[in-house]
Amino acid sequence: MATLTYQAPTTVQDAVRILAGAGGVAKVLAGGTDLLVQLRSGRMKPDLIVDTKKIPGLIGIREVDGGFVIGAATPGAVIGECEPLAKAWPGVVEAANLIGSTQVQGRASLAGNLCNASPAADSVPALIAAKAICVIVGPKGRREAPVESIIIGPGRTSLERDEIVTEFHLPKRPPRSADAYLRFIPRTEMDIAVVGAGISVTLDAGGVCRDARVSLGAVAPTPLLVPEAAAALIGRKLDQAALDALDAAARKACKPIDDKRGTIDYRIKVAGVLARRAAAIAFERAGERR
Amino acid sequence: MSRQHVSAVINGEPVDFLCEPQQTLLDALRDELSLTGSKEGCGSGDCGACSVILDGRLVCSCLMLAVEADGHSVQTIEGLATGNKLHPVQQKFLEHAALQCGFCTPGLLVAAKALLDRNPKPTETEARYWLAGNLCRCTGYDKIIRAVLDAAAEMRGESA
Repeated sequence: MATLTYQAPTTVQDAVRILAGAGGVAKVLAGGTDLLVQLRSGRMKPDLIVDTKKIPGLIGIREVDGGFVIGAATPGAVIGECEPLAKAWPGVVEAANLIGSTQVQGRASLAGNLCNASPAADSVPALIAAKAICVIVGPKGRREAPVESIIIGPGRTSLERDEIVTEFHLPKRPPRSADAYLRFIPRTEMDIAVVGAGISVTLDAGGVCRDARVSLGAVAPTPLLVPEAAAALIGRKLDQAALDALDAAARKACKPIDDKRGTIDYRIKVAGVLARRAAAIAFERAGERR
Repeated sequence: MSRQHVSAVINGEPVDFLCEPQQTLLDALRDELSLTGSKEGCGSGDCGACSVILDGRLVCSCLMLAVEADGHSVQTIEGLATGNKLHPVQQKFLEHAALQCGFCTPGLLVAAKALLDRNPKPTETEARYWLAGNLCRCTGYDKIIRAVLDAAAEMRGESA
C-alpha cells in the first residue's frame, strides 16, 4: 500500500499505456464506491490506480443517431437527471439509480458496477436486457462487446488487464418499446439484490410482443441473459399463458446459491415473480408509446 | 511514493495540501486540514457520517481518494454556518432535538442541505429516501425528518 501510485491521465491512449506498462496490481478507478471499500478493507492491494474521470467523454451522456452514449464513469445521479435517457430507457435508469445511497449515486458508475462483476450488480441485467454494447479500448485499439460478455464469474471479467471500458451504447428504440428493472430486497432502500430482473420489449400496434430480452441478476455466478424467457413473450400479448411461460423459463434459468439474503428455492421462486412483474411494467410502458 | 499535491476549493476558499496517494478525502480533511467535523462511522459508504458536497453533489468522503478532489470544490459541515449564524437545517436540528450522541449529525446536516439545495419542497418520503444513506442509531429518524421539513418550510419563507 505504501507504494501505491495514482495516475489521472487525460487521454484513453495514455490510460492504456500506463496500464500496459504497469508491474504488479493495477486497478481502473471510476466512481470508486466499490474500489475504495476494497482498498480500505485490505482485500485489494493495488500498486497502481488509474483514474479515468479526467478523460474527456468518460463522464456525460449524449444522443447519437437516436440512441444514447453513456460515458463509462458517469455517476448514477447524472444518469437519473438525463430526461431523454429516462424516457427512452426507464429500466436502465431505474436500475442505475437503485445502486446505493444518494451519496453513492453521486459517484457510482455503470463501468464500475459492471467491472466490479458482482452477480447482484443492479445495472447489469438492465443493460443486458437493453442490448447495451460497451466500448473497450486497449493496446490493440478499440473494440465493442455486448455487456453480457463482460462478467465471467464473481469479481471476474473478460477484460484484459490493460483494457478500459470507455462508454456504453444503447440502441435507438423502435416505436412501442420500453424496458423495466425490478430488484427484490427485504426492505426498500440500501441493500443488495436477492434477485434482479431486467426486461425490454417491443410491441406491435395490437399489443403483441415482437421483440424481447430478459436478464436476471443474483441467481447465478454472473448476470444471465435468458433467451428462453424472452421467447415466452415473443409473439404473444401479456396474457396469463405468456406470464406463466415467462415465470417457468425464468425459474429454469436460475442457478443460485444459498446465502444470508435468500435460499436457492426462494431465489428461484422470486426470479419468476420479478420477471412477471417487470414484464408487466415494460409492456405497460411500451403500450403507452403509440 | 512521494506525497501528492492537491489544489481544491474547500468551503469557498482555495486550499493546497499534500496527501498520500491512498489517503481518502475524509482522512485528508481531518488529518491534513484539521476539518474534523466530517466523521468516520463505517469507512465503507454505508453510514453517511462523512458526507460532503463535491461540485454540488452529495458524496461520501470516505469513498474518495483525496487526490480525486484536485481541481474540485468541496463543501464540508464547517462551511454550513455563515459566521455565527447557523444554517436553517442546523437551527432546526437544535429546535427539534434531532440528535442525541451527535456523531451522525454533521453528515445528516450536509446531506439535508444538499437535498434542500436541489429540492426546496421535499415530501416526507423524498426526504426519507434522500437521507437513507445517513444512519442514526439514536433518534429513530423521526425528529430528523421533522427538522429537515421544518427547515425547508422556513427557507421557503413559510412559517411552520
